[in-house]
Amino acid sequence: MARETTARDPLKIRRKGLWREIVGNRWAYVFISPFYILFFVFGLFPVLFSVFLSFHTWKGLGPMEFVGLKNFAHLFGPGGKVFWESIRNGVLLFFMYVPLMTFLAIVLAVVLNSKLVRFFQGFRTMIYAPRVTSMVAAGFTFRLMLEAQGGLFNLILAAVGLPEAPWLEHVWWARVSLCLLVVWGWLGQNMVYMLAGLQTIPQELTEAALIDGASPVQAFFRITIPLLRPVIIFAVILSTMGSFGLFAEVMTLTWGGRPMRATLTTLVHIYGVAFGNYRFGRASAQAYVYFAIVFVLSLLQVRYFGREE
Amino acid sequence: MTSLLKWVRLIGSRTTLYGLLILTSVFMILPFIWMLSTSFKPEYEIFAQPPILVSRNMSLDGYRYIINNGAIRALWNTVFVSSTFTVFSLFFCALGGYGFAKYRFPGRGPLFAFLLGTMIIPGAVTMVPSYILMLKLGWIDSYYPLIVPGAANAFGIFFMRQYISTISDELLDAARIDGCSEFATFWRVVFPICAPGLITLGLLYFMGSWNEYLWPLIILKTPAKFTLPLLMTSMQGPPGYSAYREWMALAVVSVVPLLIIFVVFQRRFTEGITAGAVRG
Repeated sequence: MARETTARDPLKIRRKGLWREIVGNRWAYVFISPFYILFFVFGLFPVLFSVFLSFHTWKGLGPMEFVGLKNFAHLFGPGGKVFWESIRNGVLLFFMYVPLMTFLAIVLAVVLNSKLVRFFQGFRTMIYAPRVTSMVAAGFTFRLMLEAQGGLFNLILAAVGLPEAPWLEHVWWARVSLCLLVVWGWLGQNMVYMLAGLQTIPQELTEAALIDGASPVQAFFRITIPLLRPVIIFAVILSTMGSFGLFAEVMTLTWGGRPMRATLTTLVHIYGVAFGNYRFGRASAQAYVYFAIVFVLSLLQVRYFGREE
Repeated sequence: MTSLLKWVRLIGSRTTLYGLLILTSVFMILPFIWMLSTSFKPEYEIFAQPPILVSRNMSLDGYRYIINNGAIRALWNTVFVSSTFTVFSLFFCALGGYGFAKYRFPGRGPLFAFLLGTMIIPGAVTMVPSYILMLKLGWIDSYYPLIVPGAANAFGIFFMRQYISTISDELLDAARIDGCSEFATFWRVVFPICAPGLITLGLLYFMGSWNEYLWPLIILKTPAKFTLPLLMTSMQGPPGYSAYREWMALAVVSVVPLLIIFVVFQRRFTEGITAGAVRG
């Protein structure tokens, strides 16, 4: 009898079936719910509230004042100068260390992965070790080593007859110092990404090329690197976000941007606006512009590198 | 022409390869050595020329100073926060991963896609409003913000889902037939089998929490509650005077525990990092 009535209403069958499935799997929903609950409270709500905040002026206490697009307009006026300087720094830093570091990571991974050298474990451990270090600890250590008078780096330079460098004193040298610290901290991670990517490249491909008469260098550039493209894009995008978002490194190595804000990254700047000047509305607006810029840059990179030759 | 060929052969030669690896490794290890070395030096030897590696006048003053200024407390705080965070996160991420891996429920695809999408949101955007939220919750200067928000995070669930999907379904059915409730099936059967994956993920979480700087900096206000990175920066003098030896002593305290864990569990660390890169 029941079958006859439901047969007349196909929608009811579907709804009944769907509901049964949901109830039957209720535990699955229970198990995955912590993520969604936590995300909605600590992830989504702040993101939406941030949008709301960016249209207001607020000092953390007292009333919020609606100011429309003023916080965004501020960025494009004279007051936004420092923000754009930090963006410029992010771009500069990116070009200064990302290509070199990524390339070096690939080379190291290829060398380690080939059967040409032994002690794979040992080298990988040593090269990856910086990754487990707090960048605060590393930042202070590098500051010690890059000290102009008597710092280890300058002593080594002097010992081999090269001129000493004003590492943390001069605008460009400070940027180089920051890059040195960042590469030290992240090269190992990138190398491990590349090693993982190399696992997906069948050995036979490179071997066939070598048998056909290609030199190892040619095989490297014509086969290995193109096949690593997805991993390279992945690593470069992460590095892009990283170069604008350096925080601990900047705070410890260059006192938050010294000299003359040469090493000020966008994240440090926004932090200063929010927790130094207590301009929460303005900081929210800037955070969104920052996000938009990094997002667009990442998209561009995927487009640019993803193009087939 | 021939010299170019010589160059290419030289670049390919085994010595050069070893040289590259050794040079890189030295660069990586050097700061650790210097950190350790400086922490035991009397102050006048820090910038000695030529540089001193092992001081003849080793002094524990640096360590004495940091112990008198809260180092043990900070170490304990860091251990506490990192461990608690790791335990909570492992539990919730395993649970969530199990839900996505072993149940076919309506909306599974879109819900999972949504989960992955949340990984795009950068920290800077949530930094300010999260702080305000913590203010309203009364959680400022407590450890809750360091533990709760990240407890069920997208990467962990993604990772555990991959891992758990390799567990055979028959095992789970057998448990259910034996009378296990859904949760008991998870807790008694799945969770223990996940141990290797949990160790890998746990190492990542522990290390990440230990080294975290920005968020604790925003949240914690009382020096007695500081974690190690915070203690290090709170000891900054004004530009000009720098307490290098004390910083290095603290750095050693902060770095050595993780280094030991890293060396012991090396394979698990690197395994974990690649899980996202290749499968993703």
